[in-house]
Amino acid sequence: MISKEDIQGLAKLARLELSDADLPTLGGEIGHILAFVEVIQKAEVPAKTSAPLHRNVMREDGTPHEGNLHTETLLSAAPAREGNRIMVKQVISRTQKR
Amino acid sequence: MELSQLTIAEARRALDSKEYSALELTDAYLEAIARKDAELHAYLEVWAESARAEARSADERIAAGSAQTLTGIPLAIKDNMLIEGRIASAASKMLEHYSASYDASVVRTLKDHGVVFLGRTNMDEFALGSSTENSAFGPTKNPHDASRIPGGTSGGSTAAVAAGLALGALGSDTGGSIRQPAAFCGVVGLKPTYGAVSRYGLIAAASSLDQIGTIGKNVDDAALLFGAISGHDTKDGTSLREKGSGRMMKKKLGVPRAFLGAGMGIESDMKAQFDETLTRLKGDGYTLVDVDLPSLAYALAAYYIINPAEVSTNLARFDGIRYGHSVQAETIHEVYTHSRAAFGPEVQRRILVGTFVLSSGYADAYYRKARAVRDLIRADLSKVLEEVDAIALPTSPVAPWKFGEKADPTAMYAADIFTVPVNLAGTPAISVPSGSVVRDGVQLPVGFQLIAGHGCEETLFSIGKDVEKGNSQ
Repeated sequence: MISKEDIQGLAKLARLELSDADLPTLGGEIGHILAFVEVIQKAEVPAKTSAPLHRNVMREDGTPHEGNLHTETLLSAAPAREGNRIMVKQVISRTQKR
Repeated sequence: MELSQLTIAEARRALDSKEYSALELTDAYLEAIARKDAELHAYLEVWAESARAEARSADERIAAGSAQTLTGIPLAIKDNMLIEGRIASAASKMLEHYSASYDASVVRTLKDHGVVFLGRTNMDEFALGSSTENSAFGPTKNPHDASRIPGGTSGGSTAAVAAGLALGALGSDTGGSIRQPAAFCGVVGLKPTYGAVSRYGLIAAASSLDQIGTIGKNVDDAALLFGAISGHDTKDGTSLREKGSGRMMKKKLGVPRAFLGAGMGIESDMKAQFDETLTRLKGDGYTLVDVDLPSLAYALAAYYIINPAEVSTNLARFDGIRYGHSVQAETIHEVYTHSRAAFGPEVQRRILVGTFVLSSGYADAYYRKARAVRDLIRADLSKVLEEVDAIALPTSPVAPWKFGEKADPTAMYAADIFTVPVNLAGTPAISVPSGSVVRDGVQLPVGFQLIAGHGCEETLFSIGKDVEKGNSQ
């Protein structure tokens, strides 16, 4: 039902790294799970779904608290930082993607 | 003080009348943990020193006459709720060393009460599972039989309360994660109405299903804890503005007989125990009516589509950049993938299934269909709950199983049949111990589940106490 290539594709989308050794087991398990939920196709549901029960909550425009109150606490959780910035590897590259 | 029998109400009375101090009470718990928890593994971390300090300040408050309901009460907190400066790992290698940057709203409330935080309890990694076997730090054992699972995902919290290693505990329930382990450990577990308790500071699994709830030795204790932590919170966008009011009791219970009989994999003695409780309630003046809930046949499927979909989205935040486990690498893509290798097998499975059901081409057939079925389940339950005070169902179709017995993920998923409809509908439900079954010569507790309408926790407490009364007869 779900191929090795499909699993690799999903893993790539989900930013997961799967070893070739994991693939057969995982492929089987994901296949089982999808077969398990397949019964949903038999459910008869109204064509139009009801309005969402929860609405977005807005708060007043304005500053909820003074600046820099949480900066140090939150930055200190980051694995790599430079001053008041979280440091990451280059995101956009000029060179063509290999 | 006899910890195995002690309730929050009794401890409150004893603390206020100075029969013992909060420090003595805390020390008794710390001693019990030291004695028993190496075997049980209910706790991932015990905070002995800070617990004693909290107990001392509680004693000062009690002496000053300003004690609240939970002042000096030693509690255990599931490892997915943030306590500032404390590790909150969600039992994952991903957050093994993550120190919380802020307090969850429920923790803030408990701090205001002056509770004693004994430690953080074990769970399935990121609250995904039904047995605590998915904890990255080893499973918790069932206090009634160490060869069996305590249930999950809040298995550490329920085992701690059952074994007298905490007076009460907080857990979270996404698809039964408070009620099922409460049933397996022989304690009371409450899953409140969605939005009744703030989720701010709860590490999200599936946001539209997650709900923080309470665990106690009896209904009163679970209710007392719920009373303390429930209420509106501006920091949670789905928090309800008004507290539920309950309603007039008709002493009428709905039993979905057709659903129960439709090969739901219920073990015969579990079914017999459920029927026995119903018979007893009938004797107590309850009217039992057969109710039809046809959409429940699709509850498991809808749940195991919506849950992974939301899990895959929520866990996308763990990328090795801002906090949590991080592996430095050459490219940013490798930083993501190498860091995310810290997820355990079940978490990976949910992320992959979630990615599949949300992917272009499949989202209509799976995710959107499941959403529509969810609306149907919610409507079906609401309709029935207009006619009856509560719906009765077993908490679990099976007794606690042995470690490793349900290695196939779907075998474990199937055991959630009676609890997941509640999270899909957002209604409150409670599991109350009622009777037992025997496996390999050992008596194991059985949970009786009651489901009420939105905001009707009081109805659950009231009927729950009638269930409880039968236990002492």
